[in-house]
Amino acid sequence: MENIKEKLSAMGCTDLLQADRTLSVTVEKNKFHEVATFLKEGRGGMVFDFLMDIIGIDYVESLGAIYYLCSTDHPQELLALRVSTSDREQPQLFSVCDLWDSAELYEREVYDFLGIKFINHPDMRRLFLRSDWKGHPLRKDYDASPAINPIPAHNEVIDDMERSSTIKIELGELVEKSHQIFGEKEYIVNFGPQHPAMHGVLHLRVSLDGEIVKKIDPNFGYIHRGVEKMSEAYTYPQILHLTDRLDYLSGTMNRHALCLCCEKALSLEVPDRAHYIRTIFDELTRIASHLLGWGCICMDMGSITAFVYGMRDREKIMDIFEETAGGRLMVNYNTIGGVACDIHPNFQKKVKELIPYLRKMIKEHHILFTENPIARGRMEGIGYLSKEKAISLGAGGPSGRASGWNNDVRKIEPYAAYQHADFDVVLREGGLTFDRYIIRLDEIEQSLRIIEQLIDNIPEGFFAAKTKAIIRLPEGEYYQRVENARGEFGVYINSRGDKSPYRIKFRSPSLTLVNALKPTVTGSKVSDLIMVGGSLDYVIPCIDR
Amino acid sequence: MYDFSVLTNWIDQWLRSQVGDSWALFVEFVLVGIAILTAYAVLALILIYAERKVCAAFQCRIGPNRVGPFGMLQSVADMFKILLKEIITIKQADPILFRLASFLVIIASICTFGALPFAKGLHAIDFNIGVFYLLAVSSLGVVGILLAGWSSNNKYTMIGAMRSGAQLISYELSCGLSLMVIVILSGTMQLSEIVEQQAEVWFIFQGHIPAMIAFIIYLIAGHAETNRGPFDLPEAESELTAGYHTEYSGIQFGFFYLAEYLNMFIVAAIATTLFLGGWQPFHVPGWESFNQVMDYIPSFVWFFGKSGLCVFLALWVRWSFPRLRIDQLLNLEWKILMPICLINILLMALCVL
Amino acid sequence: MRDFIAYIKGIVMGIYNLMQGMRITMRNMRRPKVTESYPENRETRETYERFRGALEMPHNENNKHKCTACMICMNNCPNGTIQIKTKMLLDEDTGKEKKVLDTYFYDLGSCIFCDLCTQTCPQDAISWSQNFEHSMFTRAKLNTKLNHEGSSLLKKEKKEVQN
Repeated sequence: MENIKEKLSAMGCTDLLQADRTLSVTVEKNKFHEVATFLKEGRGGMVFDFLMDIIGIDYVESLGAIYYLCSTDHPQELLALRVSTSDREQPQLFSVCDLWDSAELYEREVYDFLGIKFINHPDMRRLFLRSDWKGHPLRKDYDASPAINPIPAHNEVIDDMERSSTIKIELGELVEKSHQIFGEKEYIVNFGPQHPAMHGVLHLRVSLDGEIVKKIDPNFGYIHRGVEKMSEAYTYPQILHLTDRLDYLSGTMNRHALCLCCEKALSLEVPDRAHYIRTIFDELTRIASHLLGWGCICMDMGSITAFVYGMRDREKIMDIFEETAGGRLMVNYNTIGGVACDIHPNFQKKVKELIPYLRKMIKEHHILFTENPIARGRMEGIGYLSKEKAISLGAGGPSGRASGWNNDVRKIEPYAAYQHADFDVVLREGGLTFDRYIIRLDEIEQSLRIIEQLIDNIPEGFFAAKTKAIIRLPEGEYYQRVENARGEFGVYINSRGDKSPYRIKFRSPSLTLVNALKPTVTGSKVSDLIMVGGSLDYVIPCIDR
Repeated sequence: MYDFSVLTNWIDQWLRSQVGDSWALFVEFVLVGIAILTAYAVLALILIYAERKVCAAFQCRIGPNRVGPFGMLQSVADMFKILLKEIITIKQADPILFRLASFLVIIASICTFGALPFAKGLHAIDFNIGVFYLLAVSSLGVVGILLAGWSSNNKYTMIGAMRSGAQLISYELSCGLSLMVIVILSGTMQLSEIVEQQAEVWFIFQGHIPAMIAFIIYLIAGHAETNRGPFDLPEAESELTAGYHTEYSGIQFGFFYLAEYLNMFIVAAIATTLFLGGWQPFHVPGWESFNQVMDYIPSFVWFFGKSGLCVFLALWVRWSFPRLRIDQLLNLEWKILMPICLINILLMALCVL
Repeated sequence: MRDFIAYIKGIVMGIYNLMQGMRITMRNMRRPKVTESYPENRETRETYERFRGALEMPHNENNKHKCTACMICMNNCPNGTIQIKTKMLLDEDTGKEKKVLDTYFYDLGSCIFCDLCTQTCPQDAISWSQNFEHSMFTRAKLNTKLNHEGSSLLKKEKKEVQN
């Protein structure tokens, strides 16, 4: 890291700050692409091949973006690159799409919310909002009056899906070029927004040649709720409840991330008991999510019975949640400083009953589906995602681990009680649909191991630390990541000392997973598209924040 | 064992004595038509109910239990619902072909249904080329499905219809070849004759291993012909929403729905007739008293019982397995079922010789 | 020849594995059903005491509640689900005018069951009921008044005040 620090300052970067394990650097706009290339190619000794997130932020006097970079060889170290432009009318930055594939959607998101256009980006459309939406919501001078953006009363042609534009530098001048997404004669089929296998309201426009998928163009935003904008007016305890509603299948873990982030900012000492309970809840949620994910792959492949079995087993976990926390899907259990209430007296007994039951059921699931020659024949050899591509796309979590990318935040940066538990990170080398399928069932086994070790050792003591009635985070920037059931969930908070954040950003693992559809499915059949979609296991509300 | 031909002959003679030969024939045609259509509809309702209950049982659920005792009137209620629904016409669909398609599918299904021997003497029409007729008529349905998919002017239905065409035409082969095994064994294509020959021992036991292989292949191929179970690619709910009948509503959709369930029964019934002795009771040569007890059970109970068993098998398979992909489907047919079928016919011919 | 053996083996193993799958579904068919017949088991079905059904304000037998109309719950609610109206009333003990609860409106339709109101309530005046049957014919009916007609604040006993 020291080496990189020196080289970066030699390249003209300023404000080098090392806090914890995060190095934060400010880069001048025009030198940004050069610095990014330097980091990506690893000329400083560390290859920053994983672009975690791009956070657009409005500093009032300027508009900026923060790039969180990570090296897969040293995943503990983070690098935050800051770049800003003072032009509020025509803000432009250089795109890094050519370096990291994950930048494509992130830059579109930044453009959507802050209006920063990225030069050389191949597809500069809005990501969530309609193309005719006036204003950019996360700018501080945004006018949210409904008169500016009225609710349309009539059907409209979906023009914004047809055309896209790119800004290029030609002969020293910026030229904006518009181009058609699909050709005139392509056979385009809409999968979604309402479709039985789209796991929510994802809209995929797929160009087909017979049964073969030629091109995929995902469209988002059908259930965009503006969580990040809402959060800017909410107090921290109120924001907690929105995190459950992002990726509703791993709500506990998302909430855990925000709690940890706030606790880090407040330097709050959380009791061990709370850590243990949170960890057990996280792992139970992960099991529930993986069971449903397993069921969804099966259902996408036409085996509805398997889906019902997955739901049946998940229901037992939901009952445990309900007894202790009072909620089933929206558990609402973690709070800043601990958990909302102590565990129910039956909790430990029920969890201990659950473990052997699930082990038995997973054995059955293997016989029913994993060994099935039809399922094996369909999943093997389809949907290859190489390790390099997975890292470049940022497709983490179980999907990345199926390609051999060791990216488990629980091991990289043990939070809560994970350092007290002994577990393995399940890694597979194949990168095929079958690997992504089987890794979920194997991870359930690991989660059961974690729970087994923790459930009897929950320390006595308080279940929550005392906090002030009104929580104000001290001024500064905080980033916290946790391992959610689909990958790395990150929370970025920029606080100005108020009771609500200046800017909050959630890193959604599902967004990158949808982007992973393009390289994996192109060239396969329609039924593979659905199946690979199921194996990537994205959750749309997490994308449409 | 009660012979239904006594009843039918009596009706025939009474009618002839009342209105004369040609009118009697006309009235009989109408009566048989009504009887078959009624049986068709009633059977479809029973099958829909049975499928729901069986499916629920496999999935640890209770299934329909609201309408009537044990939910038995659920499918009747659904029938009324489907009859009362609006038939939506698609703006840019081909109106004539769009309407015609659903009729073609159900007509093919009813024609096959009508030629089945349900019980001793309960046989609407007894061709000397019965097996050939069943194969010929049941494969007409694919025309309806192709038309439905094409005329709806929808991309999902189009893909579904094309898949269906590839699937049905290939599986037609195995279907026919496996039935040929029995034709070789019995030496006739007449259904009544085939059933008569199984009075003592059913063909599946008479024909040794080739007949058993043919039976299994027929079940697989027949299952694929019904567009159900692991072979539901043309509908492929999770891929094509509803496949070739996405755009249909009301009773037009109902026709597809009915035909699908009845085809499942027809496949089971043909398997019963050709392999499991049709309406013949289970006899063990030499066990006279046992055979007599078996004879007391009416013939239609035997027929429907055996068909029910085959239907249950179909449902069991359907609710256990994931769907095949189109290339797997064609591989299964052309690389596995077809060669086995051809060898099987050879074996059977050797056995008979 | 080896190919042929592999081909036959593939078919046999395929059939065996398919049968294994069918065995699993058959085993599940014989298991007890997991679904509940809901309206029939209304009396017997158990609800967990921490389940968040709807907000309620417990009243004792003298029609007294504990709400002091401090507005903390209203301010904590992210959705504006709780609306409190107050009135000034003459306190008989001290003889001064005091702010007391007039009406406590709770709109179930916009409640996200986040539990912030009950957690922050200093008086424990509100709690969750286990009732989950919320269906109504109009949205307006979901907006309910939680304090009963003619109810008043429960006077704290002296012991509690000392604490």
